[in-house]
Amino acid sequence: MSQKVQMQNNKYKPESMISLEDVTIRYGKYEAVRNIYFDIPKDRVTALIGPSGCGKSTVLRAINRMNDLINGCSITGRIVFNGVDLYAKEVDPVEVRRKIGMVFQQPNPFPKSIYENIAFGARINGFTGDMDELVESSLRSAAVWDECKDKLKESGCSLSGGQQQRLCIARTIAIEPEVILMDEPCSALDPISTLKIEETIHELKKHFTIVIVTHNMQQALRVSDMTAFFNAEQLDNGSGGKVGYLVEFNKTDMIFNSPTEKATKDYVSGKFG
Amino acid sequence: MNQLYYRPLSARSIANKSLTLFALILTIASTLPLAFILAYVIIKGGNNLNFSIFTTLPEPPGDDLSAGGIGNAVLGTFIVTGIAALIAIPIGIGGGVYLAEYSKRGPFCKFIRFGTNVLSCVPSIIAGVFVYGAIVSTRVISGSTFSAIAGGISLSILMIPSVIKTTDEGLKLVSDDLRKGALGVGASKFATIVQITLPSALKPIATGIILGISRAAGETAPLIFTALFSFYWSQGSQSLLEPIASLSVLIYNFALEPYEAQNELALTAALILIAIILGINIMTKIINRLIN
Amino acid sequence: MVIIFGIYCLVMTVPNGKESQFLLRSRPPSEKLIDVGFKNLAIATASMVAIVLLSIVAIVFAGALESMGKYGLHFLFTSNWNPVTNEYGAFTAIYGTILTSLASLCIAIPLGVGTAIFITENFIPQIFKNIIGIFIELLAAIPSVVLGLWAIFVMEPFLRPILNSLNHYMGWIPLFSTGASGPGVAPAILILSIMILPIITSIARDSLNQIPSRLREAAYGVGATRWHTIFNVLLPAAVSGIAGGVLLALGRAMGETMAVTMIIGNSTNFNISLLAPGNTIASMIANQFGEADGSQVSSLMYAAFVLMSLSLLVNIIAQWLVKRLSLKY
Ligand SMILES: Nc1ncnc2c1ncn2[C@@H]1O[C@H](COP(=O)(O)OP(=O)(O)O)[C@@H](O)[C@H]1O
Ligand SMILES: [Mg+2]
Repeated sequence: MSQKVQMQNNKYKPESMISLEDVTIRYGKYEAVRNIYFDIPKDRVTALIGPSGCGKSTVLRAINRMNDLINGCSITGRIVFNGVDLYAKEVDPVEVRRKIGMVFQQPNPFPKSIYENIAFGARINGFTGDMDELVESSLRSAAVWDECKDKLKESGCSLSGGQQQRLCIARTIAIEPEVILMDEPCSALDPISTLKIEETIHELKKHFTIVIVTHNMQQALRVSDMTAFFNAEQLDNGSGGKVGYLVEFNKTDMIFNSPTEKATKDYVSGKFG
Repeated sequence: MNQLYYRPLSARSIANKSLTLFALILTIASTLPLAFILAYVIIKGGNNLNFSIFTTLPEPPGDDLSAGGIGNAVLGTFIVTGIAALIAIPIGIGGGVYLAEYSKRGPFCKFIRFGTNVLSCVPSIIAGVFVYGAIVSTRVISGSTFSAIAGGISLSILMIPSVIKTTDEGLKLVSDDLRKGALGVGASKFATIVQITLPSALKPIATGIILGISRAAGETAPLIFTALFSFYWSQGSQSLLEPIASLSVLIYNFALEPYEAQNELALTAALILIAIILGINIMTKIINRLIN
Repeated sequence: MVIIFGIYCLVMTVPNGKESQFLLRSRPPSEKLIDVGFKNLAIATASMVAIVLLSIVAIVFAGALESMGKYGLHFLFTSNWNPVTNEYGAFTAIYGTILTSLASLCIAIPLGVGTAIFITENFIPQIFKNIIGIFIELLAAIPSVVLGLWAIFVMEPFLRPILNSLNHYMGWIPLFSTGASGPGVAPAILILSIMILPIITSIARDSLNQIPSRLREAAYGVGATRWHTIFNVLLPAAVSGIAGGVLLALGRAMGETMAVTMIIGNSTNFNISLLAPGNTIASMIANQFGEADGSQVSSLMYAAFVLMSLSLLVNIIAQWLVKRLSLKY
């Protein structure tokens, strides 16, 4: 099966930023996803969709080595970023995260002022330019400047949920990563905030490579160029456990309009998930 | 007759009422001791209270009818407790940070957690015996025997586990989302802990540490054969290597003297000690409430 | 150094606009060093706990060796404590330690649990609950030497006539077979119960508060009265937590020093009567260690070792109970 996926990859090949090569991720003994292959194109938005529990977040966290924080989580295969295997011994996970930033499902602003929320990451990354300017430009790119400009000294936690999430996006943009990972960034938000964040993503893809996990197919359709559809299958060993795998990876309109796999078709037409 | 009417004289309601009354009596009995102790110490200790006792030295029993003041004991309590805090706070915070931020559930971590719990219930007199055996009798600190430093070390043994637990628990209250957020923008573990998690947990940690220090300020048993006592002022850094007075040891020594004047001074010292400790306790609570 | 590093960064990262302004995109060795150093520092400080604990055991054990060799287990069962003839047996102190701590539990448990029930089960408005809670917390904050002072000057003189009439009317009971003429075991037990009351009350209160309200509602729902509910549903549900608290209090009572030393009379002669002076291990050490030398020091260390083992045992069981409680719901 994995071979088939790889063949599909070959059909469409823009400049790729990150390639996952036969990635299998385990939590302890339990295999969460198995044999993943796909290439994330540069300066595009790639969406990961699929029913919940099929390992989308697991794969996403593997890309900037956030899984290192989880006890017992191990990975085999290669994730190649700019020609470097991210899991090679000499790679420093902290440096990886400086180049591949992440926005989480729950907005998690630091309990500091809005200004400091942005300045923290920039300082950590050794930023030498004009901090005020960076704060302003990041907040503008994340489309929260208007709401924040008069209260930069107030706590980031005083903002509404949607504004907090855009602050977190701004915080990530501020460190100028090459890739931004977003794990269901809108799932905790109302429809209006969701719309604003989608607009932000449209703006961002001019400069950044974005990978977004979403359970909302309309959202994938609206924001992404490429879509990877994941599914989970029952394990044969009778343990009742499931293992996630990549069903299909292609241009988003292909996935939604003429998927090759039956499972994809069923999923995008709402038959399960 | 309606069965649902309340029957005040039924066996059941009498039993209920008398049990409630009994619980009320127990509750009153548990709160009375504090009231009695506070009243006694405030009234008796307050009798003798004037400004000069803070500036004069205690006097051993003699022909003189006065027992002097508690100036050096107040100072000594602050010095010894301060030394203890200087030792216990960095060690305790470091240990707490290790437990909350670094340890994976390995055997070493379990051992440290267990050790912290065990250390927190080592009787305070044992801490005194230990420091006597390890430091006072061996004269390892510049050849000195009983000293302020030895007293501070033995108090710090009682403080360390409480600082560790406070730090550990305070850090555990910090949401993991914050840690992920910091690491997600490329912060190292060090930067995450020092700039994000520790500041977020500052309030509970600081509160716990201050309460721990105030508790240590009242400890006597670890001091009686480490810091000993002194009838003189502590002057200069050299005095840290000499015996030092403290309020708690003064109370112990003078309460057992068969002389009225010394007993009265002990009571005044008790008033001051309680005022310091309860003052810190109540202040921390009020400040905490105001910040919220 | 900084300049070289800046150049290094410029070479390493493709300078496209802003990116070149981030000097630390690749971490310099110094930053990694701080990171690793901080971790090792944390590990080192955590190890201090183990080091201190082991040295306490080692020092006390080493000090006790001489006496252990000389008196062996006899030490635990003879009550002959004579520095002049160099004969030592700690039975009086061990018995005193166990007796005073158990007896103080008997007084503090009903008081503490009763109070905890009263301030958790909606008998009184919240404000009174809070005030009583604060009282209990403040009682815990009073230094033990101050309690001892109060015991000497107020409690013991007040109790003396009562104890003497006990002796007068019930002197045939061995426990009351002597008169009370000053410091003694009975006032020590009372002051100990005051000291451990806050521990029992606060843990019992926490255990009762942790009981899910559905349990309470279920009991009231089937028509149980309040006290029925308390005795048959709530106390059984909270019992392992309360038991843990009681054992913690027991450990505390066994090691408690100052107040007991000041009021127990410090007699090394064994006397079965509660009204006579007695001794505990902690009070014996506090009272004699300063002036002891030679084999007396070693015997006191031996006694200290016994105390440490006792309190360790009790505390381990207590923690196990408390932990089991927190896993239950
Ligand atoms: N920290 C973890 N520890 C153990 N198992 C985990 C952990 N996180 C996720 N899993 C398991 O891995 C599988 C995939 O989870 P996840 O990646 O969160 O799926 P998704 O994001 O697609 O809903 C699930 O079965 C989940 O139970
Ligand atoms: Mg997920």
